[in-house]
Amino acid sequence: MTAVTDPAETTDVSNDAVLKHRSGNRWMHWINFPILTIMIWSGLRIYWANRAYSIGPIDLFPEWFNEALGLERRLAKGMAFHFTFGWLFTVNGIAYGLYLWRTGGWRKIVPDREHLKEAFGVVLHDLGLRKTAPVQGKYNAAQRIIYTAVILMGGLIGISGFAIYKPIQLSWLTAMFGGYEGARLVHFLTTMGFVLFFVVHLVQVGRAGWSNFASMITGYERRNGASRD
Amino acid sequence: MSAETARAVTESGRDRQARLRAEVDDAPSISAGEYRGISRRSFLTAGAAVAGGVFGFYGLQKRPEIDNIPDVTRRFHRLNERIWSTGFRDDHLAPTYSPAESSILRVNGRIGIRSEIDLETWTLEVHGSDGTVLGTHTLDEIMALPKHEMIIEHKCVEGWSQVTTWAGARFSDFQGWYPKYADTGYVALETPGGDYYVGNDRATMDHPQTLLVYEMVGGPLDQEHGAPLRLATPLKYGIKQLKRIGVVRFTDVQPADYWAERGYDYYAAL
Repeated sequence: MTAVTDPAETTDVSNDAVLKHRSGNRWMHWINFPILTIMIWSGLRIYWANRAYSIGPIDLFPEWFNEALGLERRLAKGMAFHFTFGWLFTVNGIAYGLYLWRTGGWRKIVPDREHLKEAFGVVLHDLGLRKTAPVQGKYNAAQRIIYTAVILMGGLIGISGFAIYKPIQLSWLTAMFGGYEGARLVHFLTTMGFVLFFVVHLVQVGRAGWSNFASMITGYERRNGASRD
Repeated sequence: MSAETARAVTESGRDRQARLRAEVDDAPSISAGEYRGISRRSFLTAGAAVAGGVFGFYGLQKRPEIDNIPDVTRRFHRLNERIWSTGFRDDHLAPTYSPAESSILRVNGRIGIRSEIDLETWTLEVHGSDGTVLGTHTLDEIMALPKHEMIIEHKCVEGWSQVTTWAGARFSDFQGWYPKYADTGYVALETPGGDYYVGNDRATMDHPQTLLVYEMVGGPLDQEHGAPLRLATPLKYGIKQLKRIGVVRFTDVQPADYWAERGYDYYAAL
């Protein structure tokens, strides 16, 4: 994808790095990371007060998990942090949604029908089972689907969170999840989804290399062939 | 938007690929020199932000505590209370359930009810804010008030919930005996001896689903569930629904609250 420059323009060599992430996206992405981490950390303290979920006979997040991480088990503190940082998560999430909408950035994220078909090819390519990858824009088909899903999950975890937090005052909202227990399950499963996303995201960012990672900090990605510094 | 839709319909595969490529190719670009400056500034800002975030989070945990949680998070509890109490509506009722869904409630806390109680000699004391005794009542007097039954979902602060059936007198009807104290900001409840004590806001106490309960699922309340008289309301977590009420106190000063002192939200409202 080396840019072909018009000879007339070569006097002004201004295409060494290309804008990838606007500053609003970068700030909100990096603000979200620690806030979501704190929400999961404090959420686990709440979960441990009544470990409701298991896969067959396997308890999810049993006692030893808690102890292995050296986390103290204090429900009150968990709730205090959850209901403090929940607002920051909500405000940041809404701001991010508005920003995507106002800047039109959503067009580079939301997949179209073709992307849904191409995603499989992208996965095969990433796994080394296919030589060519489908033509992509800023993000490939798989990224578009996953990033869109994660943004929607952000909304879902906020809404299900409020449904659990105020199930009487917002009883209409809680009812949409089939009740209090339903909202709790959705909230928990969405959290698991975030944890899974985080693992895959880390691996993929590692694979994509330094220049891609640095672009989330500087905003600009060096053109192919540019030296890594 | 309609042009957008039209394009999606008519766009050829080649056009779509060109549009996708343009997402990257048409993005603004800068020279290597400019990039170096931006890169340096960005990484310095990032480093400062990481340091600030880490410092801030550990600083938050080291803040002076108000009732066993960092003061900042306690203030957020109070801010949340202001937000949600503003939207509180007396005529908004908690959902109710069918008798088939209802069962005897799990016993979770015995604070304040560990000792045996003589139900024959028990009386309910009513105090003014300075502790003066305004009156005492027998269970028969409470049971003479109009009886209300509700099948609601009880929720524990630990996360579990269970549908159960309560029957008793509305606290608001009981309050009718003390009209001079009907507008105090809080109602405090204590077990006999005062081992367990809670404070509830006036709006919650006046709500039609806040009951002085003497029956559960069709039978008389047993001691583990708070006999002879307990508070039940679907508007609050269980920690606020005192079992074995010994004293009711009307006050404008926020009363002491057992679990709020141990780090929980005072409001604890659903």
